[in-house]
Amino acid sequence: MRSEYKLIFERSHAGRKGYDLPKLDVPELDSLIPSDMQRTEDLKLPEIAEIDLVRHYTNLSRRNFGVDNGFYPLGSCTMKYNPKINEEMPALFSDLHPLLDGDMAQGALELMLDMDKALCEITGMDKFTLQPAAGAHGEYTGLMIIKAYHEMRQDTARNVIIVPDAAHGTNPASAVMAGFKTREIKSNPDGGVDLDALRAAVGPDVAGLMLTNPSTLGLFETNIKEIANIVHEAGGLLYYDGANLNAIMGIARPGDMGFDVVHLNLHKTFSTPHGGGGPGSGPVGVKKELIPYLPYPVVMSHHNGPAVLDYDRPLSIGKVKNFFGNFGVIVKAYAYILSLGGKGLREASENAVLNANYVFHHLKGIYGVPHDRICMHECVIEPGELLSLGVHTTDIAKALIDRGYHPMTIYFPLIVHEAMMIEPTESESRETLDEFIAAMRDIARVAKENPEALHEAPVNTPVGRPDEVMAARKPIVKYED
Amino acid sequence: MKSYVPNTESERLEMLNVIGLSSMDELFSDIPDALKLDRDLNIGDGMSEAELRRVFLEYAKKNSSLPIFRGAGAYRHYIPSVIPHLLSRSEFYTAYTPYQPEMSQGMLQSIFEYQTLMCRLTGLDVSNASVYDGATAAAEATLMMRDAKRKAKILLSLGLAPDVRATIKTYAHAAKIEIVEIPLDNTGRTDIEALRENANGFAGAIIANPNFYGNLEDMTLLTNTVHELGGLMTSYVNPISIGLIKRPGDYGADIAVGDAQPLGMPLMFGGPYCGFMCATQKLIRNLPGRIAGQTCDKDGNRVFVLTLQAREQHIRREKASSNICSNQMLCAIMASMYLSVMGPSGMREVANQNLQKAHYLAEGLSQIKGIKLRYENTPFFNEFVIDLDKDVIAVNAALKAKGYVGGLRLNYYGGNDNGMLICATEMNTREEIDGLLAALEEVMR
Repeated sequence: MRSEYKLIFERSHAGRKGYDLPKLDVPELDSLIPSDMQRTEDLKLPEIAEIDLVRHYTNLSRRNFGVDNGFYPLGSCTMKYNPKINEEMPALFSDLHPLLDGDMAQGALELMLDMDKALCEITGMDKFTLQPAAGAHGEYTGLMIIKAYHEMRQDTARNVIIVPDAAHGTNPASAVMAGFKTREIKSNPDGGVDLDALRAAVGPDVAGLMLTNPSTLGLFETNIKEIANIVHEAGGLLYYDGANLNAIMGIARPGDMGFDVVHLNLHKTFSTPHGGGGPGSGPVGVKKELIPYLPYPVVMSHHNGPAVLDYDRPLSIGKVKNFFGNFGVIVKAYAYILSLGGKGLREASENAVLNANYVFHHLKGIYGVPHDRICMHECVIEPGELLSLGVHTTDIAKALIDRGYHPMTIYFPLIVHEAMMIEPTESESRETLDEFIAAMRDIARVAKENPEALHEAPVNTPVGRPDEVMAARKPIVKYED
Repeated sequence: MKSYVPNTESERLEMLNVIGLSSMDELFSDIPDALKLDRDLNIGDGMSEAELRRVFLEYAKKNSSLPIFRGAGAYRHYIPSVIPHLLSRSEFYTAYTPYQPEMSQGMLQSIFEYQTLMCRLTGLDVSNASVYDGATAAAEATLMMRDAKRKAKILLSLGLAPDVRATIKTYAHAAKIEIVEIPLDNTGRTDIEALRENANGFAGAIIANPNFYGNLEDMTLLTNTVHELGGLMTSYVNPISIGLIKRPGDYGADIAVGDAQPLGMPLMFGGPYCGFMCATQKLIRNLPGRIAGQTCDKDGNRVFVLTLQAREQHIRREKASSNICSNQMLCAIMASMYLSVMGPSGMREVANQNLQKAHYLAEGLSQIKGIKLRYENTPFFNEFVIDLDKDVIAVNAALKAKGYVGGLRLNYYGGNDNGMLICATEMNTREEIDGLLAALEEVMR
């Protein structure tokens, strides 16, 4: 079972070739590049045949696990099924150059405009930019918009972003990238924002509050209106981290809750695959008064005329990346939205919440539960009494791997000791959930009978637990031969 | 309407009953009624696959499919068939970031191989697992140089693409980094005297090679100069050009960044592409984003993991070296596959074809009355600037009528430069180039 796997460099044979190109059909000239700029030695790249490459990656893929392999309840990551039809749509735009004049790319621009409208309707916002490439990139963009808004009003003392202690790690990191300081506020015993702490934290130096709703505990922020009032009355803006939108599509909208800026993760809520870490897409939506600050160019249409790219945006924060965003990802997400329609999106959210509550209900008696109430699209549990047997969250996660599951998100949110955050999504059937629950029950049983066995897990994988300390102490980050 | 929810209506009801509820609405009792949407979202009733296909075909039909002579940061290259096929392995594309190494060795080893390939391509010591694109890679390099030198001033060559400069400026504004733009001299290359004059108190410089106008810079001289002045050198490179020209590591650059799009990624109207970032060993802890490293398991097997995570946002939160979480992993694997299948001879051959075709095009253009090469004596790779006697917008419109997409007008981003940045790659056949030349001959008459 256990085995090492050769690197592509270890498969190289001098002179082997896996490519072909048409014969050069123009006269070949010498000395086009001055000799001191030329590289004389060959690049040290693998020399392999096409079949070598095919076998290499096909077998590498077999040492990997995706949603298509099995249940992947990674909390806050919304690992829902990625419909196959959506994967095919971007190919229609493969050869489209981003710097064509607008009349030659009208279809692509119209699609972006239609996507903008759909996202506005889903979130209750007034205008989206599709430029940010991922969730954290969207956070950065949204915070720069908040910064530009205060700067335009000469309100330049506002250099603090409030971040709840339950927030995703990207929130404080993005705030610092955007040139803010962060002020952390504690959660109340129900897992929501502590209103008194918030009142004490706001003031003339506060630019805004970043909030995930439902929170990373999988709980809806019932005081959201009050929170919005406190922040707005203090002159700040409210930022919505859309990582958890999958709980509320068609049910409630951040725009109606008082949020001024929203980012979405198309690679979570809107079913585009995560690609083993990317590419994602993190569109940012704003309320009307913030539209002037969006990154340029803005896709728009004057009086239902052709879709155009507007570069003349004097108040814009500027650009946050090349061109207009991860267009291919946007195409897939728009295909998802069109296939499901309004009722379908609501159905997705309802079933995501139902599945999470179903799992939560069954795990309650077996594991610890920091907040025992109806959850939204994900639930958070803890090892509970297993801790006293020396069984930690890591052990439970590794034991799940042996049983054919990708583990949940572990050790997050930070405010729950040894947290396990489970997000089943709407894609899973009842029997999948039942089998998972049985596996969790079995792990708890083994923990009590033979806790040592769990420290050995996983045993059914190509490699065992890696020595991460050694990896960090003496980093080997490339192959040397 | 398409639904991807497997549970039937009766299963859903049973599950509700198990948890002690009788309707879906009760699941949302925490949401105040005033905030609940009292209608369906107005985004249509859903579509079958067949309908969806038709809708997207309609969008696609409104786009041009004419042959193009345009690059400017996004290049049309041949993508070997094997790449999209291997990329369709859903064990890769439906996975998340490899947080659980025991069941993610495929992805982790792929990242490790990508890092190795990029180090070999750039001649530098270390690589991260990718950032969003070339522009954000350059912006992150700006922050890296600031942190490494503890100086908040960066020089940017005006030879960097407008989007890249604009992105750097957005990031620099937030970080309170002073940006000084260094003009080009009349050969279309970074003005080395201007660079000297502005170097006081700087952390480093970012210079593109080939630059936005296609010209090859004297990177050895520029790098030596930047180092003499006490700064770090970031080189922004087109990876295909390295098939022929010196690598950033060969001339001593400290950081190499760029967009890996030419390495097997389709144009796709601007994304997803892949930003690469390589650096000297000394700067490893300043690199942003994921890095895969090699270690072993208890039995001594070689194992790959995400490493040096103490730099990253999920551990360090507000003290992280960057906020980046998702990157462009699948695109990075496309670059790996491209470099692996092309190998040393393929990289040289494809680079040479670009060089030769662009020079064939340039020679033809220089014969046309009313067209001049702007930087006649400056070496270039696969694109270059021409000046036209006629209005560049009118010329491109006339070319479109004749079935060609001309070069990028340099007033695309505003301003009144009437030049055209024109590109040829291995994808432009001689027949296509001759056709464009004949069309331009008529248009310029």
